[in-house]
Amino acid sequence: MSDRVLDISNLRIALNGNEDSQVVKGLNLKIEPGQTMCLVGESGSGKSLTALATMGLLPKVLSPIAGSIVLKGEDMLTATPARMRTLRATAMSMIFQEPMTALNPVARVGQQIEEVLEFHSDLSQSERRRRVLEMMEAVHLPDIEKLYKSYPHQLSGGQRQRIMIAMALIMRPQLLIADEPTTALDVTTQAQILKLIRELREEQGTAVLFITHDMGVVSEIADDVTVLKLGEVMETQSVDNLLRHPQTDYTRDLLRSVPSQVPRPARSVATDEIVLDTDKLCKTYGGGGLFFRAREVMAAQDVSLSLLKGRTLGIVGESGSGKSTVARCIMRLIDPTSGSIKVGGKDIATLSQKDLKPQRKNIQIVFQDPMRSLNPRIEVGESIIEGPLNFGVPRNKAMTRARELLELVGLPASAVDRFPHQFSGGQRQRIAIARALAMDPDVLVADEAVSALDVSVQAQVLDLLAELQARFGLGILFITHDLGVAAQICDDVVVMQYGRVVEYGPAGQVLGAPQQDYTKALIAAAPGRHWDFANFRPFAEAP
Amino acid sequence: MFGYILQRLLAAIPVMGFVALFVFLLLRLTPGDPAAIIAGDTATPEQLEAIRDSLGLNDPFFVQFFNWIGQLLQGDFGTSILSGKPVIELIQARMEPTISLALTTIILSVVIAVPLGVIAAWKHGTLIDRFVMLLSVVGFSVPVFVIGYLMISLFSMQLNWFPVQGFRPIGDGLGPFLQRIALPTFTLTLLYIALIARITRTSMLEILGDDYIRTARAKGLPESRVLMRHALRNCSVPIITVIGIGFALIISGVVVTESVFNLPGLGRLTVDAVLARDYPVIQAVILLASLIYVVINLLIDIAYVLLDPRIRYS
Repeated sequence: MSDRVLDISNLRIALNGNEDSQVVKGLNLKIEPGQTMCLVGESGSGKSLTALATMGLLPKVLSPIAGSIVLKGEDMLTATPARMRTLRATAMSMIFQEPMTALNPVARVGQQIEEVLEFHSDLSQSERRRRVLEMMEAVHLPDIEKLYKSYPHQLSGGQRQRIMIAMALIMRPQLLIADEPTTALDVTTQAQILKLIRELREEQGTAVLFITHDMGVVSEIADDVTVLKLGEVMETQSVDNLLRHPQTDYTRDLLRSVPSQVPRPARSVATDEIVLDTDKLCKTYGGGGLFFRAREVMAAQDVSLSLLKGRTLGIVGESGSGKSTVARCIMRLIDPTSGSIKVGGKDIATLSQKDLKPQRKNIQIVFQDPMRSLNPRIEVGESIIEGPLNFGVPRNKAMTRARELLELVGLPASAVDRFPHQFSGGQRQRIAIARALAMDPDVLVADEAVSALDVSVQAQVLDLLAELQARFGLGILFITHDLGVAAQICDDVVVMQYGRVVEYGPAGQVLGAPQQDYTKALIAAAPGRHWDFANFRPFAEAP
Repeated sequence: MFGYILQRLLAAIPVMGFVALFVFLLLRLTPGDPAAIIAGDTATPEQLEAIRDSLGLNDPFFVQFFNWIGQLLQGDFGTSILSGKPVIELIQARMEPTISLALTTIILSVVIAVPLGVIAAWKHGTLIDRFVMLLSVVGFSVPVFVIGYLMISLFSMQLNWFPVQGFRPIGDGLGPFLQRIALPTFTLTLLYIALIARITRTSMLEILGDDYIRTARAKGLPESRVLMRHALRNCSVPIITVIGIGFALIISGVVVTESVFNLPGLGRLTVDAVLARDYPVIQAVILLASLIYVVINLLIDIAYVLLDPRIRYS
C-alpha cells in the first residue's frame, strides 16, 4: 500500500443513477501527501461534484454509479454512513466558496469549531476550548478570545474563511478539499488566504485538493493541475508545464480567455461629448433614528468622474469601496445625499421621481447575476419591451426591435417567446444587455456584469460590449473588482477605497504605472500577475 | 435591548388609543339600543329615556368617550349593562378557562408538531412526509365543531374516558382539570398541529438546503445534531411567530370550541355580550384582545433578538 492520500479512479456520477445522464464521466485523480492538486474547469465541469462525492455529501439526486474514491486505502463509495461521519474532519475536510453562508449564522464561531472536537475527540471542555483558541491563532486571527464569542456576521469575509480553515484543520486531516475558497473574497484577502493555505499545508503536511476556475489562483497555489470539461479530464500536468505547454485545445482556449493584467493600448479620443458627469457625489447611510442617533456611514464621498461618448470608464475597488453605491446613485436607484449627476448635460441628482422618469431611458444598467436579474415568470421578449412600452412605443414596433436586439447580442430572434431559465448564464447576460439597449440609452452601467460568468463566456460578453459600443457610441460605466477585466475593457479607471476616489486616470497609467499605495497593493495582490496566460509564458520571459 | 423594549412599549400606547376610539365609535354607530334591551318590550318611552340617562347614553359621543377613557385609566371598566356586575369581575372569572385552554393547546401542539415538521422535512418526499402533509390538510379543513363532536361522541359517550363538557380550575387538582380540558385541547390541537407542523416543515426544507448545513455534515456531525442545533435553531423565527399568533388567537376567542364543550371562557362572554349589546363588556373584551396581541407581538420580537444574533435593534 503506497502512502497516497487520495486515489480516485474511473469515477462516474449520474443524475438519478441514470447511465445516460452522467455529469462526471470516468474521472481519475491521484494526490500524494503534501501535494496541492488544482481541479480546474468551468461551471458544469463536475469539479465540485467530485469533491462532494469524496466527502459523501452529494445531493440526493446525484449518485456515483461506478469507480472508486480511495482515501488512505479505504474506499469512500462503499464506507458506511457512520464510518464516513468519523472520517470527515479527521481524515478529510472541506472548505467552501462563500464563508458567510457556510457558517451557521446563529452560533458563535468558536463553538462551531469546538463542535468538531466534541464529536471527534475525548477532550474535556476546557481542553477543547484551549485547542480551538490555539487553532484560531494558527490561522492568524486577531483578538482570538473575543472572536471566539463572535457570530459570523460580525467578522469580515477573510476572517470567516480563516474560521472555516481552522474548523477544517483542527483534527489534522490528511486531505483538505478547498472548493473555490477565495472566489468570494477581495483580492488582497484572497492573497492572504492562499498564503495561509500554503503555510498550513507545509506545517501539517496536508494534501490539498483545490478547486477553482481562476487560472491566476492556479498559478499561485498548484503543484499539479487537472483540467476538467463537462465531467471529463482533459489533462493532468504539473502547473508549470500546463501553463507553458497545454496539451489540449480546451486548455489553450481557457488560458487565452484569461484577461491580462496589462492594460490594452489606449484608444484615440474621437469626441469630447460628455454623456455622464458627476460632481462631488456623496451618499451617507444612517443618522436619524427615533431615540438614538444611528452611526453615519459614508458610502461614497466627493466622487467626481466623467464619461465621454463611446468610451469606457471603469470603477475598480474591493467590497465596501462604494463602487456599487456610486453606480446605484447614478442610476438613481438610491438617492444621493449631495452632489450632482449630469446625464447628457441634465442634472438628475435631485429630480423628483416624476421628472426623473423621462430621463431614465438615457441611462440603463446590467447587473451582476443574470440568474436573478430577469423576472423568471415573464418571457424574454416581454422583459425587453417593458421599458419601451412605458415610453409609449407601440407594441408591434417594440417587439420587432426586441427581435433585432436579440440577434444583435448573438441570440436567435425566436428567443422572445422563451423564459429566462431556458438559457445559460452567458445567454441571460446577453438578454440583460439587449433589455438595456432596448431603451436606446446614451450610457450603459455594467455593475460587475461579467463577474458571475466563466472566463470563456466572460471574454465573449466583453467582446460583445465592445462591439455594441462601437456601433451605438455607448458610454459604458464598468464596475468591477477584477483588475484584469478592467485592464482589457476600460479607457479610464477610477480606483475607489472606503467610498473615496483614490486614483483616477487613463487605464494605462492607473493600472500600468500606479501612483497610489492602495492601487499598487491591489495590483500586487492580483493572482497570476506574473503570468501572461494567453501567450503561455511568464511576463518575465516575454521577448 | 432595554431601550428597544421601552421603545416598543411606548409605541403600543397610540395603538391602544386608536383601538379604543375605533371600538367606541363602531359600537355607538351600530344600530340597536341597549336601553330597549334592558327595559324589555313593554317599556314606555319615558322609562327608556330614564334608562338612557342613567347609562349616560344621551351625552355627546366625545363626552361619553373621554368619560370612558378616564374610567379605564382608573382601572374601572364599567358595569355590565346586562348583569349589573363590574366588567372587570366578569372578565376575571372567564380568564382562567381560556388561558388554560390556550396553554394546554399550544404546549401539546408544539411538542407534537415541531418534531413532525422536522422529520417531514428531513425525510422529504417519503411516506412519512406525505403522512404529515395529509394530517395537516385534514387539520386545516375539518371544522373545529365537527372534530369536537366526534371527540365527544367517541371518547365521552362511547369510551367514557372523559366528561362531556364543563371546566374545573387547576386549583381543584390536576386530575379533574386535565380530565375536562383534555377534549377541547385535543380538538383545537389538531388545527394547531397542522399549522405549526406545516410552517416547521417549510422552513426546515429551505434551511436544509443552506450551505452551513453542508458544513455541519462535512464536520462529521450526526444527523440529529445537524437537524436540531444547526437547522431548527435557524428556522425558529417563523415557527415562534406562528406559535405566538396562534396563542393570541386562542385567547381572543375560541367561541366554537368553548360552546361545544361548554367552557365558561372569554369567547362565550364575548358572544353573549354582543348578542345583548352589552357595550361595556364588548369594549373591554376587544381592548383586552388588542392588548394581548400587542404584548405577544412584543414577546415575539424579543424572541427574534434572542434567537437570531443578526437582528439587533438600536
